[in-house]
Amino acid sequence: MAIKRDDVLHVAALARLELTEDEITRLETQLNDILEAVGKVSELDLADVPPTSHPLAVVNVFRADEPRPSLPLEDVFANAPERDGDYFRVPPTGETEA
Amino acid sequence: MIDTLRLTAEEARRMLDDNEVSPRELRAAYREAIDAHDGELHCYLTLVDEDENDGVPIALKDVISTEGVETTAGSKILEGYVPVFDSTVAARCKAAGLQLLGKTNLDEFAMGSSTENSGYGPSKNPWDPTRVPGGSGGGSAAAVSAGLAPWALGSDTGGSIKQPSSLCGNVGLRPTYGTVSRYGIVALASSLDQVGPVTKTVRDNALLYGIISGRDECDSTTVDVPPVQLPDARDLKGLRIGVPKELNEAEGIEPGVAESVRRAIDLCTELGADVDECELPRSVEYGLACYYLIMPAEASSNLARYDGVRYALRKEADGYYEMVSRTRDAGFGDEPKRRIMLGTYALSAGYYEAYYGQAQKVRTIIFREFDAAFERFDVLVSPTSPTVAFRLGEKTENPLAMYVSDVLTIPPNMAGLPGLSIPCGLSEGLPVGLQLIGPQFSENTLFRAGHALEQAIGFDTVPERLR
Repeated sequence: MAIKRDDVLHVAALARLELTEDEITRLETQLNDILEAVGKVSELDLADVPPTSHPLAVVNVFRADEPRPSLPLEDVFANAPERDGDYFRVPPTGETEA
Repeated sequence: MIDTLRLTAEEARRMLDDNEVSPRELRAAYREAIDAHDGELHCYLTLVDEDENDGVPIALKDVISTEGVETTAGSKILEGYVPVFDSTVAARCKAAGLQLLGKTNLDEFAMGSSTENSGYGPSKNPWDPTRVPGGSGGGSAAAVSAGLAPWALGSDTGGSIKQPSSLCGNVGLRPTYGTVSRYGIVALASSLDQVGPVTKTVRDNALLYGIISGRDECDSTTVDVPPVQLPDARDLKGLRIGVPKELNEAEGIEPGVAESVRRAIDLCTELGADVDECELPRSVEYGLACYYLIMPAEASSNLARYDGVRYALRKEADGYYEMVSRTRDAGFGDEPKRRIMLGTYALSAGYYEAYYGQAQKVRTIIFREFDAAFERFDVLVSPTSPTVAFRLGEKTENPLAMYVSDVLTIPPNMAGLPGLSIPCGLSEGLPVGLQLIGPQFSENTLFRAGHALEQAIGFDTVPERLR
């Protein structure tokens, strides 16, 4: 088993997912199954092959650096869960990270 | 009386041009069909009651941002989210006069092959409502197939346009990477996502592709696109068609699917094409594994934006990080969570090279194999999906079984290639799709080949039970 319960918890913390106990158990099994299947890529010796990150040979697309109007603030906040003046309001961030 | 089951977008446009029908009557006909059938099929998530445009109606997959119209991507985390701007493709449809009928159902965040991962319940296949319409864009495909929209837009990362088009008996194009803007599209995997048309005919497909394609300064991955040619030739003379052994003999291809595709390949020869076998030795064998590393990695990054801060769902908590984690657990369904976890793991310290890095190298191998094949051929053909539409619930308990639905559409997608799926026959009374793959920017060749085959095959796109 490549992934153990502790790995699931570690990755969930990195991904900011507060998983339920049920989900932790299920994901441990499923992630191991999937990783075993996708681990197939390691069968190939590709030491000399360059990686591909993008399907097109497009590089450095430039445009003139001219100021344009941004979204009006009312639009920016239209879907906000909580607004405080011209700010998005969130709970205190002072706690230590998970 | 307008028969929405048979009316093509091209014919609808002609009727509007000749004043045989008013825009309002045309819209009403589709709305009537929706009222009659969408209760059973659940193609739509949101219906739009009024539209000031006077052209052919259209349905848009619910990953496509539409100003003032709720856009959920099939996820509860975006329930109630109303975009304040139009995606470029929605804006281009508007500029072309198309009337928006509504937003169609999909697997949550376009993750799935059946719409069963939708946060709002699955769509049903119009050919047999006990079966899935495919996915992720099952709502768009089922709507076109059942006459609930003359045409629609989907998005395709691993096969989300081609596979549902195959399962519902439609024509679906996944265009070349970079030909259609993704500005305002809810992102899944940015090195793969493409928007494309789902239609009844190849000519409709070319028409809609002509409307949405082309460079967009809001999406720096887009490029200038060759002018679209509406196909009308009925032969395939001078076309070199390759039959990749691995894409046609992959494990899991149903005999009825293989037979239907074999007949279509014979037809290619009869229509004057030079047909020969070829090989993609590693693209098919390693394509799925490569995809299920790269796609989740990119998805885990793209989905980081759903944090309960700027829009959509928030679950309250005393602290910030607790709020974010709680919101994401409550809002995402099982499949997004699985892919976020997988992608985060594949990108995390100590595993990056072995998984993500290696997958990017496999991607290079896939590019090279297709490049080699296109030195000998103009078009490659294979089944689109290894199976016809499967039963609802058949694969929901086994993520890996669901992933295999895209085993034949993924390899060309990894190489940014365009793929057109056209219906080529029935197996067990259900549609079979033929996948036509071309080099980058060869959409016109695919339209030409697809149109000639479509005319020769004479497939009736109307589901038998609705005729």
